[in-house]
Amino acid sequence: MIAQHLPVLQIVIPLMSAPFCIFLRHHLWTWILAVAMSWLSLAMSIGLLARVVEEGTIIYHLGGWAAPWGIEYRIDNLNAFILVIVSAIAAVVMPYARKSVDREIPRDRAYLFYAMMLLCMTGLLGITITGDAFNLFVFLEISSLSSYVLISMGRDRRGLTAAYRYLVLGTLGATFYIIGVGLMYMMTGTLNIADLASLIPSVAGTRTIQAALAFLTVGLCLKLALFPLHMWLPNAYTYAPSAVTVFLAATATKVSVYALIRVVFTIFGGVDILDTLQVRDLLMILALAGMFAGSAVAIYQVNIKRMLAYSSVAQLGYMILGISMANVSGVTAGIIHLFNHALMKGALFMAMGCIMYVIGSVRLDDMAGLGKRMPVTMAAFVAGGLSLIGVPLTAGFISKWYLIQAALEKGWWPIAMLIVLSSLLAVIYIWRVVEVAYFRAPPEGHEGISEAPLSMIVPMLVLVGATYYFGIDATTTLNIAHSAATVLLGGAQ
Amino acid sequence: MEFPGITVYWIVIALMMMGFYVVISHHNLIKKIVGLSVFQVSVFLFYISMGKVIGGTAPILSDNITVYSNPLPHVLILTAIVVGVATTALGLALVVRINDAYGTIEDDEIQALESDT
Repeated sequence: MIAQHLPVLQIVIPLMSAPFCIFLRHHLWTWILAVAMSWLSLAMSIGLLARVVEEGTIIYHLGGWAAPWGIEYRIDNLNAFILVIVSAIAAVVMPYARKSVDREIPRDRAYLFYAMMLLCMTGLLGITITGDAFNLFVFLEISSLSSYVLISMGRDRRGLTAAYRYLVLGTLGATFYIIGVGLMYMMTGTLNIADLASLIPSVAGTRTIQAALAFLTVGLCLKLALFPLHMWLPNAYTYAPSAVTVFLAATATKVSVYALIRVVFTIFGGVDILDTLQVRDLLMILALAGMFAGSAVAIYQVNIKRMLAYSSVAQLGYMILGISMANVSGVTAGIIHLFNHALMKGALFMAMGCIMYVIGSVRLDDMAGLGKRMPVTMAAFVAGGLSLIGVPLTAGFISKWYLIQAALEKGWWPIAMLIVLSSLLAVIYIWRVVEVAYFRAPPEGHEGISEAPLSMIVPMLVLVGATYYFGIDATTTLNIAHSAATVLLGGAQ
Repeated sequence: MEFPGITVYWIVIALMMMGFYVVISHHNLIKKIVGLSVFQVSVFLFYISMGKVIGGTAPILSDNITVYSNPLPHVLILTAIVVGVATTALGLALVVRINDAYGTIEDDEIQALESDT
């Protein structure tokens, strides 16, 4: 009975628990509630993924109204996988958040923090699960508004301006997205994604639909911070509280990438409009530019959270590059990198959170000699960094391997070269941290410092462990990503 | 394509560009929020006008009503208006906190303060 309503419970339970946090008001109780809800979400999303793998696409009609009149939730391999990513990261971040929040956010406001985290998670899960283009917008705004609040909660006043700039750009992006949806509605009279996919081919030649595609692409690229629309991202990640950075870096942009995949391959999958308008070429050029620009700027950063933020811009380039290749291996690489990057960037930002907790700074100069003082944290950072570079046996290697394979399949060996070259840039910025942390003497007054609390170390090690686990045995994730890519591209032929 | 339809869309585009221009060009954070609201309102108008059928009335189930406007875009935009109000409120709340923290709401002055620290 309940299993049948699992798709809607996945959204409703965290959504309802957010206002409940406001009633509880107590920092400890709300934290317990948030942890419980995130674990419950993870359990539900794993249940959904298992069911999708076994029985195929799940279609759930909200309130029993049949699509395309009612809103439907449609879960296939791809979004079941993304649901697991989002809820798994949330399930790891929530236990981690307790100590970190205690240090970075006034205790009397901590309950608001957990309420916002739950809302943000709800929004991200909602974007992923819904099969309705307008419903997607609503969830996009739920997640965005809560993330603006979360970013502004940091101790540094620059968090406020970062949140403000993100609010302006994020709202522009979301509004572009609804303009696109409106234009599609004008031509097709439907908002259901599956229905749109079947109706778009008959009207694809019109100027209206071309304009819709342009608005949707630009709007979503703003949300996913594709170079050069990434201007909001570095400051937002740098000045947000540590736990927020971990959560947003690992999930928010990924979910927007998912939304772009839906638009490009599901809604516009049946037409060759992407080739005639050269959207793919444009995405590919921007992705390549982002890979290099992001990494190059990262090399010069003195704030390591900011460095990792720029590295995220570069890594998003890899995902979009895979998607823009539009062959099965390319899209598989994009999806798998989405998962792998969530793990490794989560781990790296968690290491930064631990350092922030202990020494109160994440500037490179302050990290001198930390390799001896905080051996576990720094080891986790190095391990995550290796994965970011794409060393074999790490998850990062799997995604780059597939990406290069996809480029070679198309015969684009210069692009394969560029992928390798840009990975080498990652070596430089990770090495800078290693050099300072391991080969420089600790400054005076650092004698007393030691590791971060266990409740922060364990979640970090879980993510690092996962990076290596899915680097050594990637069969499960690859199978899911591969079948999702096949289904997506099946619509194109 | 008759003339009135086109006028509405021209108004939408004009409002949209005005709002967008204010967001980009003004340094005052409150004016930016105003521009953002104008930008969003233009989209509301766009949705509302696209649901209108000329000569149509409200969609009431009755024998003597045959032509009616599409109510769905209007309903959608109710949701979008709520989102817009929330965004404006949050944006203004952030401006208040920025004013507390920096003592100014001019973007260029804030940037100057930020590059000092």
